[in-house]
Amino acid sequence: MSTAPAIELKGISKSFGPVQANKDISISVMPGTIHGIIGENGAGKSTLMSILYGFYKADKGDVFIAGKKTAIPDSQAAIAAGIGMVFQHFKLVENFTVLENVILGAEDGAMLAPSLRKARKELTALASEYELNVDPDALIEEIGVGMQQRVEILKALYRQADILILDEPTGVLTPAEADQLFRILHRLKEEGKTIILITHKLREIMEATDTVSVMRRGEMTATVKTSQTSPEHLAELMVGRKVLLRVDKEPAKLGDKVLEIENLRVVDAAGVERVKGISLDVRAGEILGIAGVAGNGQSELLEVLGGIENGTGVIRVNGKEIDLTGALSDAKSRRKRGIAHVPEDRQREGLIMDFTAWENTAFGYDDDGAYQSGLLMNNTAIREDAQGKIERFDVRPADSELEAKSFSGGNQQKIVLAREIERDPDLLLIGQPTRGVDIGAIEFIHQQIVALRDKGKAILLVSVELEEILALSDRIAVIFDGQLMGERLPADTDEKELGLMMAGMTGGDS
Amino acid sequence: MDYLTILQILDSALRLATPLLFACLAGLFSERAGIFDIGLEGKMLIAAFFAAATAYSTGSVWLGMLAGIAGSLVLSAIHGLASITFRGNQLISGVAINFLASGLTVLIGLSWFKLGGQTPALQGGARFQSINLPFAESLSVVPVIGPLYSEVLSGHTFLVYVALLCVPLTWYVLYRTRFGLRLRAVGENPAAVDTAGISVVALRYAAVAICGVLCGLAGAYLATGLGASFVKEMTAGRGYIALAALIFAKWRPWYALYATFLFGLLEAISNRYPSLDLGFATLPSQFMQALPYILTVVILAGFVGKATPPRAGGQPYVKER
Amino acid sequence: MEQLPKWADLIVVPIVGLILAFGLSMLMVLATGHDPMEALTLMISGALGSTYGWGYTLYYATNFIFTGLAVAVAFHASLFNIGGEGQAALGGLGVALVCLFIDWPHWSIALIAATLSAGLFGALWALIPAYLQAKRGSHIVITTIMFNFIAASLLNYVLVNQLRPKGAMDPATAKFPEATHLPSLGEILNSVGIPFAKGTPANVTLLVALLACVLVYFLIWRTRFGYQLRAFGKSQPAAVYAGISPVKITIVTMMISGALAGLMAINNVMGEAERLILGSVEGAGFIGIAVALMGRSHPLGILFSALLFGALYQGGAELGLWTSIPRELVIVIQALVILFTGALDNMVRLMVAKVLIRPKRAEA
Repeated sequence: MSTAPAIELKGISKSFGPVQANKDISISVMPGTIHGIIGENGAGKSTLMSILYGFYKADKGDVFIAGKKTAIPDSQAAIAAGIGMVFQHFKLVENFTVLENVILGAEDGAMLAPSLRKARKELTALASEYELNVDPDALIEEIGVGMQQRVEILKALYRQADILILDEPTGVLTPAEADQLFRILHRLKEEGKTIILITHKLREIMEATDTVSVMRRGEMTATVKTSQTSPEHLAELMVGRKVLLRVDKEPAKLGDKVLEIENLRVVDAAGVERVKGISLDVRAGEILGIAGVAGNGQSELLEVLGGIENGTGVIRVNGKEIDLTGALSDAKSRRKRGIAHVPEDRQREGLIMDFTAWENTAFGYDDDGAYQSGLLMNNTAIREDAQGKIERFDVRPADSELEAKSFSGGNQQKIVLAREIERDPDLLLIGQPTRGVDIGAIEFIHQQIVALRDKGKAILLVSVELEEILALSDRIAVIFDGQLMGERLPADTDEKELGLMMAGMTGGDS
Repeated sequence: MDYLTILQILDSALRLATPLLFACLAGLFSERAGIFDIGLEGKMLIAAFFAAATAYSTGSVWLGMLAGIAGSLVLSAIHGLASITFRGNQLISGVAINFLASGLTVLIGLSWFKLGGQTPALQGGARFQSINLPFAESLSVVPVIGPLYSEVLSGHTFLVYVALLCVPLTWYVLYRTRFGLRLRAVGENPAAVDTAGISVVALRYAAVAICGVLCGLAGAYLATGLGASFVKEMTAGRGYIALAALIFAKWRPWYALYATFLFGLLEAISNRYPSLDLGFATLPSQFMQALPYILTVVILAGFVGKATPPRAGGQPYVKER
Repeated sequence: MEQLPKWADLIVVPIVGLILAFGLSMLMVLATGHDPMEALTLMISGALGSTYGWGYTLYYATNFIFTGLAVAVAFHASLFNIGGEGQAALGGLGVALVCLFIDWPHWSIALIAATLSAGLFGALWALIPAYLQAKRGSHIVITTIMFNFIAASLLNYVLVNQLRPKGAMDPATAKFPEATHLPSLGEILNSVGIPFAKGTPANVTLLVALLACVLVYFLIWRTRFGYQLRAFGKSQPAAVYAGISPVKITIVTMMISGALAGLMAINNVMGEAERLILGSVEGAGFIGIAVALMGRSHPLGILFSALLFGALYQGGAELGLWTSIPRELVIVIQALVILFTGALDNMVRLMVAKVLIRPKRAEA
């Protein structure tokens, strides 16, 4: 006998202005299974799930829950239909306790006290049932992200969700925490819950799911049983062609040390030590890749080098020390020392989205003598310079008068890259070079990075995409919890070993 | 300075603190829900006008009070429309509301009463009468505490006691009820409220409406309790002092009482002593008038305890993509 | 929501906002039993129908250009300077000190000195809120509001206890010496043979205001500091990435803003009253907010909207003089302009978009 699917979506479409995020998507998820949805950044996975959770309204299409057509106009309706969602960015009130967050919106009456009592009891029960231990009286801002994620799961379970959606749940977790999460998910599945796991990581899909749906550019390209597929096949479905994350490059011709870091420490605004004594060096003509799970100190490392954060320790560029605090530790001073920086978040840092492309090509270099004419800026010179950069880096559309926000992610990145690389820096800092960048632009960007290396420049690459690190780096350093776990040569290692090191398990330095 | 003088100053401080307290709690509800409100002044002003105008026309202070609240609520609705529905700039909306009240009260006042923007003086039932608390007479003979009770606490108008009651009530609503939990949550992280299946818009409108009612009471008290008519610009910056008190109180109800009482006290002292001789120095009255603002700047600067406003304050809620 | 074309956003939206504000105000005039058309004609003819009216309109406009530019410069750095009122009051003090205590050989030199002094006093009054914002994160809107009140008390003290001439009753300084008298617009124009009403307060400061418009344009769009200021206003993290110091931008921008507000004093204190009186700013600091919003923070827009508000103020005064409609009607109009161009601008945008974009769709 056939049971009805726990969830069935039929013909869902959704547009944001001119962008069609979901095109006629149909999917059905059987109860008591873990169903993966995989796709690149921007493929429309999160949008689809937000529609299911009533966070967005679909333009077209129907939702069936346990065989019954159900309208989900808002999150309230989704919760009533037994759907719970753990968003990529948690939706918790930071200065509330765990308990208060759990009952928010699921209170039993106008007075709080009875709800709190009941929730406290229930939380204890859930904790023992699913290994979901959390201190109910702890403030959210005082517990780690792993714990916060548990609170999100508890919120859903407290609302008696039968269907649990998790959006990129491992992005902020260490591999160990991720493993624990998957154990919890299996436990939930055994209890008959249905789980939808959204991710762009193939490994998680292969390990955790029963069935998997692949999305590409807003469309659902396939749904297959996980046991009957392979990572290669899924990857092909995801991008629409064979992925060649191989970058053709000559062996590195190493020069002198350009960057030397000794015992670097960074303490953030909240007083937490994020970088705990890192020492490394990068030579001319070399790409050093920093691998690691997001949030392990690699961003802070880049920021100190780029003059955005303060730190302690010793950093030398071309043998001469640079200031880590004080007036000469800012980004302008870094640029004067031959350091260029392609930041991890180009929309927040690398570009002024409301400025035109030509204004953005001077960003950070507005003190360049060629851009001045007397007391004023020589906008004609900047425009001419920008047009050249746009042509050389194949930015499309090639119109320097357009505002940065009207370019695609890949073309925005090309603008940043053109600006930084054409300064002919001795050292290029580059974070997440291809995040949110379309496949075509990825190859171009990788070629530019390698070309700069071949010109004898030093490059420090930070990426959370292990494949990218393996493809580009001449040497790989793994960062975990603010410390380097060791270095490897790409030829001598593989994803598995690096993955263990990223989880804090050192295989001994070779 | 004898004991009786001190009591008189305290008595006057309590009266002067009352409109500040109403307005401060009004701001507290609004800002705790994430809606900045620098339009407290305007809402108080328009409430004062409609309270006085209606009380004069009907002879009933109660109808006046309701009219004051209604006037204030209309401005609240505009603020809500601008800052919640159309996601506009909350600060600019507040500025607009202050001007609107300032202009409208004179425009309408002149047209109705032809008294240069004032209302006629209110008498009898058109004003709040003072209430003597039980045993005020008999207890006044008890040394120290007795006069404190009969002189300072007793003998105020109805709204003074309402304001004082609003403090524990606000505390209770905020920290002990479902509504309070949601209200505080929406000012800290509206996305958490939204994904929990609660309407951010409805909550914020509710908060703005409560703010309107309380500003209405503040204005009604100014014109029919503290004063006996509406006078052009009679709020005289009290809305801003209330705002200062709110920061001073770090957005908490009991502290709001202390802060507004302190500011009321400063006003009472400067009313009584135009220049205050401290023995070693003489403080001009202007200094006393400026003191609430100076103190607030000091608090804002974080030199004496940091005042952290609600995290989502001032930002319209837009679902992230 | 569909994006409006840039020209519509810059020009159509403020004009529709203005029309809404006027429409509603006129309804209120009607509701209070007056004839809106009569009121409107009287206002227009009172403000623009004679050189006498122009003499006042341009005088008010001069004030509003300064305070409007002050708000606009801060807006470009995403700072809301609501303290123009206090900064202009302090500017007045700066002007008074220079005019009262130094003997000037000629008005032109006195004007230069007064300009510097007014700007300096205004800038310094903005410095503390700016510093607290930059270094301690204190919300600049609240601190500048507080500083308006502190300025009022300070001026009250200085005028009553220090600068008031012996025996005088009103809180004001003595009349400035004759040598500091600025030529009025009427005097200048009459001297070159153009008839213009004498005894109107518009004066040579108008030219300083126009110069300020030009300078602010260059500052914002053509200088390196302006580039950094705009970048900072759009994204603080990006500014730090580029090596732009938030502390420096916040402090310098606010000081420029405060100086511009302070400069207003050479018009109203030196040019018109020729002495410093209490409350001399008369709300012009706040009108600057409306002017900057209406003018979309562009000097050219500010010039036009300052003229508009100048005419409004003069027209409103005429209204108060000749009818029973009080001049406070102008405050209502001003409030509605701020509301529709600054707070409900998204609503206006939506209305404009409905008219502009719908028909295009129908054609396609």
